[in-house]
Amino acid sequence: MNKPILELKNVQTLVNKGTANQTKILKGINLQINAGDFITIVGTNGAGKSTLFNVIGGNLRADGGQILHNGQDITRTSEEDRTAFLARVFQDPKLGTAPRMTVAENMLLATKRGEHRYLIFRQLKQNMARFTKLAATMNNGLENRMTTATGALSGGQRQALSFLMATLKRPDILLLDEHTAALDPHTSLNLLHATNERITTDHLTALMITHHLEDALTYGNRLIVLKDGQIKADFKGEAKQVLTVDKLYQYFED
Amino acid sequence: MNLIVSAIGQGLLWALLGLGLYLTFRILDFCDMTVEGTFPLGAATAVTAITHGVNPFIATLLAVVAGMVAGLVTGLLYTKGKIPSLLAGILTMTAIYSVNLRIMGKSNISLLGQPTLFNGALHNLPQYFDSVTLGLVVIAIVTVLMILFLATDYGQAFIATGDNPTMAKSLGIHTDKMVIVGLMISNGMVGLCGALIAQNNGYADINMGIGTIVIALASIIIGEVAFGELTLNQRLVAVTLGSIIYRIILLAVLQLGFSANDLNLISSVVLAICMMIPQFEKQLNIKKPILKGVRPHE
Repeated sequence: MNKPILELKNVQTLVNKGTANQTKILKGINLQINAGDFITIVGTNGAGKSTLFNVIGGNLRADGGQILHNGQDITRTSEEDRTAFLARVFQDPKLGTAPRMTVAENMLLATKRGEHRYLIFRQLKQNMARFTKLAATMNNGLENRMTTATGALSGGQRQALSFLMATLKRPDILLLDEHTAALDPHTSLNLLHATNERITTDHLTALMITHHLEDALTYGNRLIVLKDGQIKADFKGEAKQVLTVDKLYQYFED
Repeated sequence: MNLIVSAIGQGLLWALLGLGLYLTFRILDFCDMTVEGTFPLGAATAVTAITHGVNPFIATLLAVVAGMVAGLVTGLLYTKGKIPSLLAGILTMTAIYSVNLRIMGKSNISLLGQPTLFNGALHNLPQYFDSVTLGLVVIAIVTVLMILFLATDYGQAFIATGDNPTMAKSLGIHTDKMVIVGLMISNGMVGLCGALIAQNNGYADINMGIGTIVIALASIIIGEVAFGELTLNQRLVAVTLGSIIYRIILLAVLQLGFSANDLNLISSVVLAICMMIPQFEKQLNIKKPILKGVRPHE
């Protein structure tokens, strides 16, 4: 048995700490993520899906428990330092790219994710051919807009760029936070296909939050149901394949 | 003719202020009021050092360092102290007023009979050409250094920090560090500007910082309004040209019969007019950093 690439041990988070309104959001999450896992995560609003991502991503400190990356404790590692092995795509297309910088400049920034940036010249031209080729894999005309400021792109192109940027430098863990939710159905499907393609061909380890139960069933090799700050169900391999929308929907009732 | 040359010389020297503020105001999206204190701080430091027998070149460098320290203080208040940017700058600016009085010991020091960067080799030039020459040299060096800096991996991370801090963090850029570095470089440049202006004027005065932020903004906005859509590098040059245009506007207004005492009023009116031209409103994008300045750091 391989060592998990990421492991959460009894992770808990609180809001309104130290006040009368103190509430637990994550109530002891135990999760082992193995290399190559593509996990879809579903759950009601307020179940703690985003909180879970924030705890893994490091912009929220766990108030209890432990997070291990390749066996190393990263519970107290800062958000910036975790980017050395972790990449994220946000739900809001505006959050993932720098609007006044060009598509190519954004991609260049992403090649150095989690690395020290020095006073050496950026080498944009040398990378242009590679970036253009990568942009063409998104099938939405992004490759023709390499020198356009990203603020002028459509939401779909921006989000496709965000996804490309997250995978440009191979992450150990890729967090996709409803990254197609803000897009129209066609654009959304297109990006989901591209996402699946990249994750499976590159054998990336990814977690994807989604509100579409069909998508949760179609993609990935593992499905987690989050409810009330706890993992209610964890379907792997075969168990996930035989799962249906109706069965999954039962977790959302009552 | 002399007046025009003088205006160009003044425009070149004051352009440092605009360039310094450009780094924070435009690139970092940070409305930095510190400059109102850093400008006289640079002047006070340089003039006091010169009157104590320090070489004018070293004295000017000291002014740069003093400016950088002021920027560091504002940066720490904002990033570590979580004080909103506008208030952090105002706090530092207010504190610097007392520091300046401590440095100078009185409210006004003259450089009469003292060596400055403007005598020496520049002394033999015709009137006002000394400031044009020194201004050109300094602006050329500073602009080139800024262009080179912004084209490095570090500089690109700096731009990204101002453009989208959330993304910058998610790419592992230490945004707090970037803000502090930006404020230090910016205020170092403003300190340099204060040192040069004081040596050019022949004195340092405790109140010489009043209105500097308006002058700096005027250079930036006039440059943007006059030249429209530009690349980042062209924008840096436009700041200097904007600063010169601003001086020429002031010159024209003074010719109409206003006195030098009216300068701050005129500066504000000029900037206000530039900003009120409605069709430019969207391009100017001046409200965002100011609104951001009254909210706490996330």
